[in-house]
Amino acid sequence: MEAIGLLLHGFAVLFTVKTLSLMMVGLVLGIFVGVLPGLGGPNGVAILLPLTFTMDPTSAIVMLSCIYWGALFGGAITSILFNIPGEAWSVATTFDGYPMAQQGRAGEALTAAFTSSFIGSFVAVLLITFLAPRIAAFAIRFGPPEFFAVYLLTFCSFVGLGREARHKTIISMCLGLILSGIGLDTVSAQLRMTFGWKELFRGISFLVAVIGLFGISEIMITMEESLSLRGHAARISLRVVLKVWKELPRYWATLLRSAAIGCWLGITPGGAIAASFMGYNMAKRFAKDKESFGKGRIEGVFAPETAAHASGTSALLPMLALGIPGSGTAAILLGGLMVWGLNPGPLLFVEHKDFVWGTIASMYLGNVVGLVLVISTVPLFASVLRVPFAAIAPMIVVSCAIGAYAIQNAMFDIWLMLLFGLVGYVFKKVGVPLAPFTLALVLGSRAEDAFRLSMIGAAGDLRVFWSNPLVGTITTLAVALLVWPIVSALLARVRGAPAGSTA
Amino acid sequence: MSSERVEVPPAPAPPPPGGAAAGGADAAASGDESPSVVRTRTVEIVVAILLLGFAGVMGFDNWRTGMGWAPDGPQAGYFPFYLSVILACASLYWLAETALKRQRSASPPKSFVNREQLGRVLQVFVPTVLFCVATQFLGLYVASFLLVAGFMRWVGKIAWWKCLVTSAVFSVAMFVVFDIAFDVIMPKGPLEALFGR
Repeated sequence: MEAIGLLLHGFAVLFTVKTLSLMMVGLVLGIFVGVLPGLGGPNGVAILLPLTFTMDPTSAIVMLSCIYWGALFGGAITSILFNIPGEAWSVATTFDGYPMAQQGRAGEALTAAFTSSFIGSFVAVLLITFLAPRIAAFAIRFGPPEFFAVYLLTFCSFVGLGREARHKTIISMCLGLILSGIGLDTVSAQLRMTFGWKELFRGISFLVAVIGLFGISEIMITMEESLSLRGHAARISLRVVLKVWKELPRYWATLLRSAAIGCWLGITPGGAIAASFMGYNMAKRFAKDKESFGKGRIEGVFAPETAAHASGTSALLPMLALGIPGSGTAAILLGGLMVWGLNPGPLLFVEHKDFVWGTIASMYLGNVVGLVLVISTVPLFASVLRVPFAAIAPMIVVSCAIGAYAIQNAMFDIWLMLLFGLVGYVFKKVGVPLAPFTLALVLGSRAEDAFRLSMIGAAGDLRVFWSNPLVGTITTLAVALLVWPIVSALLARVRGAPAGSTA
Repeated sequence: MSSERVEVPPAPAPPPPGGAAAGGADAAASGDESPSVVRTRTVEIVVAILLLGFAGVMGFDNWRTGMGWAPDGPQAGYFPFYLSVILACASLYWLAETALKRQRSASPPKSFVNREQLGRVLQVFVPTVLFCVATQFLGLYVASFLLVAGFMRWVGKIAWWKCLVTSAVFSVAMFVVFDIAFDVIMPKGPLEALFGR
């Protein structure tokens, strides 16, 4: 119950004209970013991060997280009206959303998408409100060995549970970890991997990498695919909204199941993309008439949207409580925390109560306001897509350059951004996942510091990672996740061999 | 007058993508597509070799920094060195896998990018490079004006006046938001100096 008191305090922090107006600005920008193909949640947040450098941390995160909510809402608009997912996590929404629009039920589909997004986020925010303080209170006793074990678990779960080819995940992660090490080594104060090149002394900012990898490369991919935008008209009347809402209780099981899937995949680094597909498939599996899916069934919109948003929101839980981002966007927000001079981790809940609870309160408010805003302004945002891409593409490039330059006021970073853009384009096309790269780049130096501090504490004895039940469990779990693919492959072979011989 | 003339050029432009998307179903996939410039397999091999080289360079540098185990734990180069080793192994695996795959499958090679696509990618990549060069010498705001106007005109085939107005409004808006409202400093050139900013 303490959480409720603190949450009310958070709302009090939030209710200033400045914060509320920043919230609106963030939501509008976010929806805009989500609607545009070639720009998404992570890029939008990364590009707009420089705007917040001169703000106080609370206003900054309120605005940035509202951009994120907005992007989550906006992604659904293009999926349903244009059959073009504005975000990877809205791909599953197109399966039933677009057929609904074709049948002239666009308003219904959009209302369903927005409402279920709202429900998904709401469940996740509830989870954050009551779980995050407990986790933080628990984690406050963590020393460097425990933190290293948690980082290790994060990395290993990417390798063990990722959907891409494992060697490509490993390549992506190692590359990120190596690049994060460039520059001044914080423990020994030695320079490394700079080759005497002054520009590299500062190290490679992961925001520059993110802007290049996601922003610039996404523009190149969008140009290559040369999308033609021919959408369906959208008008949402109050009658349609009420009709959908009246039907809502009937689908409680789908909504709840998707929300649970989303929360789970958001906290573990499964991500919103996996969540939306899993939510959709589960809804299909449990349905009585499976054939009607894909032909414009409202449940096919409810399920993926709820899951995607629950996941996108709950990805912020480990970021707030442990300083470990559950998604790419959460990683960028984490980078923001460091820029604003906050030290991410469980101490946030003690040292920066205003910030943490203001953030959580803004999640509630941002989602409510976002829902109203997005329902009332759909036609406006849908018309954004009729602006020629030739006008939008260069503006995105300019915004990317501004974002990259502002981080360290270095022209070198603009060139670096360009290089990362090229790398991102090639990596996307050959199937090297970018999420492990981002995560490694943001967590790399923290993980290394944790490891080396625990080594200094334990006089170089590796057994410190099994020195107490807690750290031992986490480390063992991490190692198990890492070798699990090998074990399961071996098991399959052992089981497969006799089966093959009998056949 | 000019605005009427504008509406004509964009019209022929959209059909190819729409046609390609719709035509994909009836035409045999590779039939009406433009010739492939490079195969995915080739790119994969090149990328794997580049990664291998990168891992080699980084590994060497970290070996020089010190990759050993000091009494108080690992030295500065320890982590990056072993990460380079892992990266090298994973790249080698990728290289071997890609190189060997070819002997087994007889299916038509997957295209990394065809000529038409490459053209479109270069349409955005080359201006971006030029924009970065211009930013270095002219400052970001002038460069952004040139990029937006130029791109709209040559790639979008939009009327001159629309290009100029849009890009001027955009660049000035960016200047107002970042330089005046939020105090975020951007690279500036001779034009800004003229106004004393």
